[in-house]
Amino acid sequence: MSSIEERVKKIVAEQLGVKEEDVKPEASFVEDLGADSLDTVELVMALEEEFETEIPDEEAEKITTVQLAIDYINNNLA
Amino acid sequence: MSLEGKVALVTGASRGIGAAIADMLAAQGAKVVGTATSAAGAEKISERLSASGGCGKVLNVCDAESVASVVAEIQSEIGPVTILVNNAGITKDNILMRMKDEEWDDVVSTNLTAVYRVTKACLRGMTKARWGRIINISSVVGSMGNAGQSNYSATKAGVAGFSRSLAAEVGSRAITVNTVAPGFIDTDMTKVLPDEQREALMSKIPLARLGKPEEIAAVVAFLAGDAGGYVTGETIHVNGGMYMG
Repeated sequence: MSSIEERVKKIVAEQLGVKEEDVKPEASFVEDLGADSLDTVELVMALEEEFETEIPDEEAEKITTVQLAIDYINNNLA
Repeated sequence: MSLEGKVALVTGASRGIGAAIADMLAAQGAKVVGTATSAAGAEKISERLSASGGCGKVLNVCDAESVASVVAEIQSEIGPVTILVNNAGITKDNILMRMKDEEWDDVVSTNLTAVYRVTKACLRGMTKARWGRIINISSVVGSMGNAGQSNYSATKAGVAGFSRSLAAEVGSRAITVNTVAPGFIDTDMTKVLPDEQREALMSKIPLARLGKPEEIAAVVAFLAGDAGGYVTGETIHVNGGMYMG
Protein backbone atom coordinates (compact mmCIF):
# COMPACT_ATOMS: atom_id res chain seq x y z
CA MET A 1 0.00 0.00 0.00
CA SER A 2 1.31 3.43 -0.92
CA SER A 3 1.96 6.08 1.69
CA ILE A 4 -0.62 8.66 2.65
CA GLU A 5 1.47 11.29 0.92
CA GLU A 6 1.44 9.37 -2.34
CA ARG A 7 -2.28 8.70 -2.17
CA VAL A 8 -3.06 12.35 -1.46
CA LYS A 9 -0.87 13.51 -4.34
CA LYS A 10 -2.47 11.06 -6.72
CA ILE A 11 -5.96 12.29 -5.84
CA VAL A 12 -4.95 15.93 -6.16
CA ALA A 13 -3.46 15.24 -9.59
CA GLU A 14 -6.58 13.39 -10.73
CA GLN A 15 -9.09 15.85 -9.38
CA LEU A 16 -7.37 18.99 -10.60
CA GLY A 17 -6.10 17.53 -13.86
CA VAL A 18 -2.45 18.36 -13.17
CA LYS A 19 0.71 16.28 -13.43
CA GLU A 20 1.70 14.41 -10.30
CA GLU A 21 5.18 15.94 -10.37
CA ASP A 22 3.61 19.40 -10.08
CA VAL A 23 1.82 18.39 -6.90
CA LYS A 24 4.50 19.60 -4.51
CA PRO A 25 3.82 19.67 -0.76
CA GLU A 26 3.81 23.47 -0.61
CA ALA A 27 1.57 23.86 -3.66
CA SER A 28 -1.64 25.79 -3.06
CA PHE A 29 -4.66 24.24 -4.75
CA VAL A 30 -6.02 27.58 -5.91
CA GLU A 31 -2.90 29.64 -6.55
CA ASP A 32 -0.49 27.00 -7.88
CA LEU A 33 -2.69 24.23 -9.21
CA GLY A 34 -5.46 26.31 -10.77
CA ALA A 35 -8.36 25.04 -8.69
CA ASP A 36 -11.56 27.05 -8.40
CA SER A 37 -13.75 26.95 -5.29
CA LEU A 38 -15.87 24.10 -6.62
CA ASP A 39 -12.71 22.09 -7.42
CA THR A 40 -11.57 22.41 -3.82
CA VAL A 41 -14.92 21.12 -2.54
CA GLU A 42 -14.71 18.16 -4.90
CA LEU A 43 -11.13 17.51 -3.87
CA VAL A 44 -12.20 17.22 -0.25
CA MET A 45 -15.01 14.87 -1.34
CA ALA A 46 -12.46 12.68 -3.11
CA LEU A 47 -10.18 12.65 -0.06
CA GLU A 48 -13.14 11.67 2.12
CA GLU A 49 -13.81 8.72 -0.14
CA GLU A 50 -10.22 7.59 -0.48
CA PHE A 51 -9.65 7.66 3.27
CA GLU A 52 -13.18 6.66 4.26
CA THR A 53 -13.73 9.58 6.56
CA GLU A 54 -15.83 12.70 6.86
CA ILE A 55 -14.08 16.03 6.91
CA PRO A 56 -16.23 18.72 8.58
CA ASP A 57 -16.75 21.88 6.50
CA GLU A 58 -14.89 24.09 8.97
CA GLU A 59 -11.84 21.80 8.71
CA ALA A 60 -12.17 21.38 4.96
CA GLU A 61 -11.91 25.14 4.46
CA LYS A 62 -8.47 25.14 6.08
CA ILE A 63 -7.07 22.51 3.74
CA THR A 64 -5.60 24.80 1.10
CA THR A 65 -2.31 23.14 0.22
CA VAL A 66 -1.09 19.64 -0.53
CA GLN A 67 0.84 19.51 2.74
CA LEU A 68 -2.18 20.62 4.77
CA ALA A 69 -4.18 17.79 3.21
CA ILE A 70 -1.46 15.26 4.06
CA ASP A 71 -1.24 16.64 7.61
CA TYR A 72 -4.99 16.46 8.09
CA ILE A 73 -5.14 12.85 7.03
CA ASN A 74 -2.10 11.95 9.15
CA ASN A 75 -3.48 13.68 12.22
CA ASN A 76 -6.99 12.37 11.94
CA LEU A 77 -6.58 8.90 10.55
CA ALA A 78 -3.20 7.57 11.50
CA MET B 1 -36.39 6.53 -23.48
CA SER B 2 -34.35 9.60 -22.77
CA LEU B 3 -34.18 9.39 -18.98
CA GLU B 4 -33.38 5.68 -18.83
CA GLY B 5 -31.31 4.78 -15.80
CA LYS B 6 -31.45 8.23 -14.19
CA VAL B 7 -32.58 8.65 -10.60
CA ALA B 8 -35.01 11.50 -10.05
CA LEU B 9 -36.28 13.01 -6.80
CA VAL B 10 -39.56 14.93 -6.86
CA THR B 11 -40.66 16.58 -3.64
CA GLY B 12 -44.36 16.96 -2.93
CA ALA B 13 -45.33 14.23 -5.39
CA SER B 14 -48.52 12.84 -3.87
CA ARG B 15 -50.86 15.08 -5.85
CA GLY B 16 -51.19 18.02 -8.21
CA ILE B 17 -48.25 19.20 -10.27
CA GLY B 18 -45.73 17.05 -8.36
CA ALA B 19 -47.65 13.85 -9.07
CA ALA B 20 -47.84 14.69 -12.78
CA ILE B 21 -44.11 15.42 -12.89
CA ALA B 22 -43.21 12.17 -11.12
CA ASP B 23 -45.42 10.16 -13.49
CA MET B 24 -44.00 11.82 -16.59
CA LEU B 25 -40.35 11.38 -15.58
CA ALA B 26 -41.11 7.73 -14.79
CA ALA B 27 -42.79 7.31 -18.18
CA GLN B 28 -39.55 8.52 -19.77
CA GLY B 29 -37.56 5.83 -18.03
CA ALA B 30 -36.28 7.52 -14.87
CA LYS B 31 -36.41 5.80 -11.50
CA VAL B 32 -38.43 8.35 -9.60
CA VAL B 33 -38.60 8.84 -5.86
CA GLY B 34 -41.55 10.98 -4.92
CA THR B 35 -41.92 12.44 -1.46
CA ALA B 36 -44.95 13.21 0.67
CA THR B 37 -45.32 14.52 4.20
CA SER B 38 -47.50 11.58 5.30
CA ALA B 39 -47.00 7.82 5.25
CA ALA B 40 -50.31 7.42 3.43
CA GLY B 41 -49.17 9.86 0.76
CA ALA B 42 -45.84 8.06 0.36
CA GLU B 43 -47.64 4.74 -0.01
CA LYS B 44 -49.86 6.14 -2.75
CA ILE B 45 -46.76 7.33 -4.58
CA SER B 46 -45.12 3.91 -4.23
CA GLU B 47 -48.16 2.31 -5.85
CA ARG B 48 -47.78 4.58 -8.87
CA LEU B 49 -44.00 4.42 -9.23
CA SER B 50 -42.86 0.99 -8.12
CA ALA B 51 -43.47 -0.60 -11.55
CA SER B 52 -40.81 1.69 -13.01
CA GLY B 53 -38.28 1.11 -10.22
CA GLY B 54 -39.21 4.13 -8.13
CA CYS B 55 -40.98 4.59 -4.81
CA GLY B 56 -42.55 7.04 -2.42
CA LYS B 57 -40.87 8.26 0.74
CA VAL B 58 -41.95 10.33 3.70
CA LEU B 59 -40.05 13.59 3.79
CA ASN B 60 -40.47 16.79 5.74
CA VAL B 61 -38.48 19.23 3.61
CA CYS B 62 -38.23 21.61 6.57
CA ASP B 63 -36.36 19.09 8.69
CA ALA B 64 -32.64 19.02 7.88
CA GLU B 65 -32.13 15.55 9.31
CA SER B 66 -35.07 14.11 7.41
CA VAL B 67 -33.65 15.57 4.18
CA ALA B 68 -30.15 14.20 4.80
CA SER B 69 -31.39 10.72 5.67
CA VAL B 70 -33.83 10.44 2.76
CA VAL B 71 -31.20 11.56 0.23
CA ALA B 72 -28.70 9.07 1.70
CA GLU B 73 -31.32 6.30 1.59
CA ILE B 74 -32.08 6.95 -2.07
CA GLN B 75 -28.37 6.90 -2.88
CA SER B 76 -27.82 3.53 -1.24
CA GLU B 77 -31.08 1.90 -2.38
CA ILE B 78 -31.37 3.19 -5.95
CA GLY B 79 -28.40 5.41 -6.75
CA PRO B 80 -27.36 9.06 -6.57
CA VAL B 81 -30.06 11.60 -7.49
CA THR B 82 -29.12 13.39 -10.70
CA ILE B 83 -32.53 14.89 -11.49
CA LEU B 84 -34.01 16.96 -8.69
CA VAL B 85 -37.40 18.60 -8.91
CA ASN B 86 -38.08 20.91 -5.99
CA ASN B 87 -41.84 21.01 -6.18
CA ALA B 88 -43.11 20.88 -2.59
CA GLY B 89 -44.79 24.12 -1.67
CA ILE B 90 -47.48 25.61 0.50
CA THR B 91 -49.58 28.75 0.65
CA LYS B 92 -50.68 30.64 3.75
CA ASP B 93 -52.36 33.64 2.21
CA ASN B 94 -53.12 36.84 4.03
CA ILE B 95 -52.83 40.52 3.35
CA LEU B 96 -49.59 41.76 4.79
CA MET B 97 -51.24 43.94 7.44
CA ARG B 98 -52.88 40.85 8.87
CA MET B 99 -50.08 38.38 8.26
CA LYS B 100 -48.78 36.46 11.26
CA ASP B 101 -45.08 35.75 11.68
CA GLU B 102 -45.96 32.10 11.59
CA GLU B 103 -47.63 32.41 8.18
CA TRP B 104 -44.55 34.15 6.84
CA ASP B 105 -42.06 31.75 8.42
CA ASP B 106 -43.85 28.55 7.40
CA VAL B 107 -44.07 29.58 3.77
CA VAL B 108 -40.44 30.75 3.64
CA SER B 109 -39.28 27.57 5.33
CA THR B 110 -41.16 25.17 3.01
CA ASN B 111 -40.92 27.05 -0.27
CA LEU B 112 -37.46 28.61 -0.09
CA THR B 113 -35.23 27.26 2.69
CA ALA B 114 -36.16 23.69 1.81
CA VAL B 115 -35.10 24.26 -1.81
CA TYR B 116 -31.67 25.30 -0.55
CA ARG B 117 -31.50 22.30 1.76
CA VAL B 118 -32.64 19.55 -0.59
CA THR B 119 -30.56 20.91 -3.45
CA LYS B 120 -27.43 21.05 -1.33
CA ALA B 121 -27.96 17.47 -0.23
CA CYS B 122 -28.18 16.27 -3.84
CA LEU B 123 -25.34 18.32 -5.33
CA ARG B 124 -22.56 16.04 -4.23
CA GLY B 125 -23.90 13.17 -6.32
CA MET B 126 -24.42 15.43 -9.32
CA THR B 127 -20.94 16.94 -9.25
CA LYS B 128 -19.45 13.46 -9.04
CA ALA B 129 -21.60 12.28 -11.92
CA ARG B 130 -20.62 15.36 -13.90
CA TRP B 131 -24.27 15.62 -14.90
CA GLY B 132 -27.33 16.97 -13.20
CA ARG B 133 -30.68 18.65 -13.61
CA ILE B 134 -32.18 20.84 -10.94
CA ILE B 135 -35.67 22.07 -11.72
CA ASN B 136 -37.40 24.32 -9.23
CA ILE B 137 -41.13 24.86 -9.42
CA SER B 138 -41.94 28.48 -8.83
CA SER B 139 -45.08 30.43 -9.70
CA VAL B 140 -46.26 33.19 -11.97
CA VAL B 141 -47.03 35.05 -8.75
CA GLY B 142 -43.28 35.35 -8.12
CA SER B 143 -43.05 37.57 -11.20
CA MET B 144 -46.36 39.43 -11.34
CA GLY B 145 -47.35 39.58 -7.66
CA ASN B 146 -50.75 38.87 -6.17
CA ALA B 147 -52.60 40.54 -3.33
CA GLY B 148 -52.64 38.34 -0.26
CA GLN B 149 -49.59 36.36 -1.27
CA SER B 150 -46.63 38.53 -0.29
CA ASN B 151 -45.06 35.61 1.58
CA TYR B 152 -45.66 33.11 -1.23
CA SER B 153 -44.51 35.42 -4.02
CA ALA B 154 -41.39 36.41 -2.08
CA THR B 155 -40.36 32.77 -1.85
CA LYS B 156 -41.14 32.08 -5.50
CA ALA B 157 -39.12 35.08 -6.69
CA GLY B 158 -36.41 33.93 -4.27
CA VAL B 159 -36.30 30.49 -5.87
CA ALA B 160 -35.72 32.04 -9.30
CA GLY B 161 -32.79 34.08 -7.98
CA PHE B 162 -31.39 31.05 -6.20
CA SER B 163 -31.58 29.08 -9.44
CA ARG B 164 -29.69 31.70 -11.44
CA SER B 165 -26.86 31.91 -8.91
CA LEU B 166 -26.56 28.16 -8.60
CA ALA B 167 -26.63 27.78 -12.38
CA ALA B 168 -23.52 30.00 -12.49
CA GLU B 169 -21.83 27.96 -9.75
CA VAL B 170 -22.28 24.47 -11.12
CA GLY B 171 -22.50 24.96 -14.88
CA SER B 172 -18.93 23.74 -15.30
CA ARG B 173 -20.07 20.34 -14.05
CA ALA B 174 -22.79 19.98 -16.69
CA ILE B 175 -25.46 20.63 -14.10
CA THR B 176 -28.31 22.85 -15.23
CA VAL B 177 -30.57 24.76 -12.86
CA ASN B 178 -33.87 26.14 -14.05
CA THR B 179 -37.17 27.38 -12.75
CA VAL B 180 -40.58 26.50 -14.11
CA ALA B 181 -43.23 29.03 -13.19
CA PRO B 182 -46.77 27.67 -13.54
CA GLY B 183 -49.72 30.00 -13.82
CA PHE B 184 -53.21 28.99 -12.78
CA ILE B 185 -53.18 25.18 -12.79
CA ASP B 186 -56.10 22.93 -11.89
CA THR B 187 -54.91 21.46 -8.56
CA ASP B 188 -56.00 21.30 -4.93
CA MET B 189 -53.93 24.43 -4.28
CA THR B 190 -56.05 26.51 -6.66
CA LYS B 191 -59.37 24.83 -5.82
CA VAL B 192 -59.45 26.71 -2.52
CA LEU B 193 -59.54 30.09 -4.25
CA PRO B 194 -62.90 31.86 -3.93
CA ASP B 195 -65.03 31.92 -7.11
CA GLU B 196 -64.70 35.66 -7.40
CA GLN B 197 -60.91 35.53 -7.47
CA ARG B 198 -61.05 32.60 -9.84
CA GLU B 199 -63.19 34.49 -12.33
CA ALA B 200 -61.05 37.58 -12.08
CA LEU B 201 -57.99 35.47 -12.83
CA MET B 202 -59.64 33.64 -15.74
CA SER B 203 -60.44 36.91 -17.47
CA LYS B 204 -56.70 37.61 -17.59
CA ILE B 205 -55.74 34.32 -19.24
CA PRO B 206 -55.64 34.60 -23.07
CA LEU B 207 -56.02 30.83 -23.45
CA ALA B 208 -59.17 31.15 -21.31
CA ARG B 209 -58.73 27.96 -19.32
CA LEU B 210 -56.82 26.55 -16.39
CA GLY B 211 -53.59 24.70 -17.09
CA LYS B 212 -53.30 20.99 -16.54
CA PRO B 213 -50.63 19.52 -14.24
CA GLU B 214 -49.39 17.49 -17.23
CA GLU B 215 -48.65 20.71 -19.08
CA ILE B 216 -46.18 21.68 -16.35
CA ALA B 217 -44.77 18.16 -16.22
CA ALA B 218 -44.03 18.27 -19.95
CA VAL B 219 -41.84 21.35 -19.54
CA VAL B 220 -40.04 19.77 -16.59
CA ALA B 221 -39.44 16.62 -18.65
CA PHE B 222 -38.00 18.74 -21.46
CA LEU B 223 -35.55 20.41 -19.06
CA ALA B 224 -34.63 17.05 -17.51
CA GLY B 225 -33.84 15.41 -20.81
CA ASP B 226 -31.07 15.83 -23.35
CA ALA B 227 -33.20 18.20 -25.43
CA GLY B 228 -33.08 20.81 -22.65
CA GLY B 229 -29.36 20.45 -22.01
CA TYR B 230 -28.33 23.95 -23.08
CA VAL B 231 -30.99 25.76 -21.05
CA THR B 232 -29.78 26.93 -17.64
CA GLY B 233 -30.48 29.76 -15.22
CA GLU B 234 -33.79 30.31 -16.98
CA THR B 235 -37.35 30.74 -15.76
CA ILE B 236 -39.88 29.18 -18.09
CA HIS B 237 -43.38 30.55 -17.67
CA VAL B 238 -46.25 28.16 -18.35
CA ASN B 239 -49.39 30.14 -17.78
CA GLY B 240 -51.64 30.36 -20.82
CA GLY B 241 -50.43 33.88 -21.49
CA MET B 242 -51.59 35.33 -18.19
CA TYR B 243 -48.13 36.78 -17.70
CA MET B 244 -45.70 37.20 -20.57
CA GLY B 245 -42.20 37.56 -19.21
